[in-house]
Amino acid sequence: MTLESLKPGHHARIAAIDWSALPPADAKRMRALGFETGVEVGMAHHGVFGGRDPVAVSIGRMTIALRKSQASAISLEAD
Amino acid sequence: MSENFRVALLGNPNCGKSALFNKLTGARQKIANYPGVTVERVAGILALPDGTQAEVIDLPGAYAFDASSPDEEVTRQVVQGEFPGEAEPDVLVLVLDAGNLEQHLVFAQEVLALGKPTIVALNMIDMAERDGLKLDATILSQALGVPVIETVAVRRRGLDDLKSAIADARAQIGTHADRPVMDATERRLEARTIAKATVYETSKARRLGDRLDSVLLNPWAGPLILLVLLFVIFQAVFAWAAPLTDALDGGAGALGAWVEGALPESFLRDLLTEGIIAGVGSVVVFLPQIVILFLFILIMEATGYMARAAFLMDRLMAGVGLSGRSFIPLLSSFACAIPGIMATRSIADPKDRLTTILIAPLMTCSARLPVYAVIIAAFIPQTNVWGGIGLQGLVLFALYLAGIVGALIVALVLRGTLTKGGATGFIMELPRYQLPSVGDIALGLWQRAWVFLRRAGTIIFSATVILWVLLSFPQAEPGESQVDASFAGQIADGLNVVLEPIGFNREISLALIPAMAAREVAVASLATTYAIDAEDEEAEAEGLASTLSNRWSLPTALAFLAWFVFAPQCLSTIAVARRETNGWKWPLFMVGYLFALAYIFAGITYWSAVALGL
Repeated sequence: MTLESLKPGHHARIAAIDWSALPPADAKRMRALGFETGVEVGMAHHGVFGGRDPVAVSIGRMTIALRKSQASAISLEAD
Repeated sequence: MSENFRVALLGNPNCGKSALFNKLTGARQKIANYPGVTVERVAGILALPDGTQAEVIDLPGAYAFDASSPDEEVTRQVVQGEFPGEAEPDVLVLVLDAGNLEQHLVFAQEVLALGKPTIVALNMIDMAERDGLKLDATILSQALGVPVIETVAVRRRGLDDLKSAIADARAQIGTHADRPVMDATERRLEARTIAKATVYETSKARRLGDRLDSVLLNPWAGPLILLVLLFVIFQAVFAWAAPLTDALDGGAGALGAWVEGALPESFLRDLLTEGIIAGVGSVVVFLPQIVILFLFILIMEATGYMARAAFLMDRLMAGVGLSGRSFIPLLSSFACAIPGIMATRSIADPKDRLTTILIAPLMTCSARLPVYAVIIAAFIPQTNVWGGIGLQGLVLFALYLAGIVGALIVALVLRGTLTKGGATGFIMELPRYQLPSVGDIALGLWQRAWVFLRRAGTIIFSATVILWVLLSFPQAEPGESQVDASFAGQIADGLNVVLEPIGFNREISLALIPAMAAREVAVASLATTYAIDAEDEEAEAEGLASTLSNRWSLPTALAFLAWFVFAPQCLSTIAVARRETNGWKWPLFMVGYLFALAYIFAGITYWSAVALGL
């Protein structure tokens, strides 16, 4: 399962991130914000009108807005 | 010594750095540009407790020195003394958000590794406490090996301690502390360890911000709330500003009348009254609208809501190849494209930013309103359609909508052609909600108002002088009209050949020349052209409306309105676009495509109206 499919209010650990699927600048920014294998992330909010582009993801004590294309590069561990 | 003592503030975005900078330096700030890049250099003077002074620079927020934005690159270069023309700072004040320590300590490791004299400001300590965190600054200080001062910038807490620490750090200027240099993974691990040791208590209290977000970012209620808020903002911009605008307008008129009475009739008097006071005055009257719009924008930014608005708008903007970050500049452009174009600096992606600059003039700025108002009053009957909707208001709404739809289509086309490439991402931190400080908002308003007055003032000033000369020379022979004899009149004759096919007459061609400086000048110059003798502007507008409805056909009037939806008739906007894109290429393209659209749509409007027998 990838990050954008996570239900609002749910949390999971990052199993892997496909950095090659991301533009280099996006990858750099996401690394700087702490996206890494093993880190716990949560789905804070889905986007407008129930869409999943963008989504608001909680990581550490931050909330980060991500596009679907970025969130789908992040695979989550199964519960 | 004191003059050479330089302090730099740096930290992650959203660490409260700028609020701290405001409180340290007060209103004495110098805002300029770093040469060659569109990154703002903000500097001020800090008075230290021992009576000496330090120059403080507020560096752009950065997540890391390994830059992914022009802002971060400037921060890295300045701190490392590599920025040409910018002296290396002596002391660094590293600002950390106490409520997000684990993240902010990652960049902190990188800064500390430089070995410079550094002080840590552990900021927003009150919000961390509100969120159930308890921190021990002593442990943090020991772990980092530098002084740590607890601060709450917006409430002025800890400022004296911070100032003393800065003064003390002067003793270490030029020294180098050996601190561990780590790679990115080590920095993150170290940050986690230090944060765990520093934060000795966390309660699972549900944060206030989460509760707010569950409403404001609700997939259904969120967009609705934003829409209502935008509606309120527009109401305020147009309704609240009206009395102030009228007062300024009256003031400019009175000043002109006074100068006219005080000076003997001369070339200089005409230049002062008809040229400078009338011209500069016509721009200054937009100040109230701009101040009110920015009041809302600054509050939205300071509370943290603006990032949510960008989140909510991202889907719509993504549809035309932009991102939510373009929302703020485009919103500002409804007051005036100048602050709008300047606000594009927050867009990291250069192609996104360029596209936003190019479409900003399509947002209906307040300068178009006087033009729309006169034409609508003259040609659109004051009747109701579809059960109670005023036809005049409907036409005005349609003109706004035409601009927005036009902008979205142009963005879509540009992103597929000239500014193609790089599927733009949208990675944006949604900062915690915060109660803004009145002082910070007031200072921000003052700065934007001043920038607007200075930029618009200088450009409008020169333009009106030039246009006045074009209209006044060569002087007419007796019996000949001054306008016809002037250079402007001769230009209008040439222009008329081009504009006649889209239904414009010679008077319109003539009015469009001075309106190059600013759109609203078109109204005044039409009035002049038709030589309307009226005491005040209201009578003038009324007189103009009835004259126009007698002399223009309805298709001509509609074509004129369509023209103003697109035409880039504002020298200030062109000048700002040149500055923000570092050259003439894109402003010229902007002017070209906007005139082309104006011509095509005015033509379509005219011939459709004629065909419909209007």
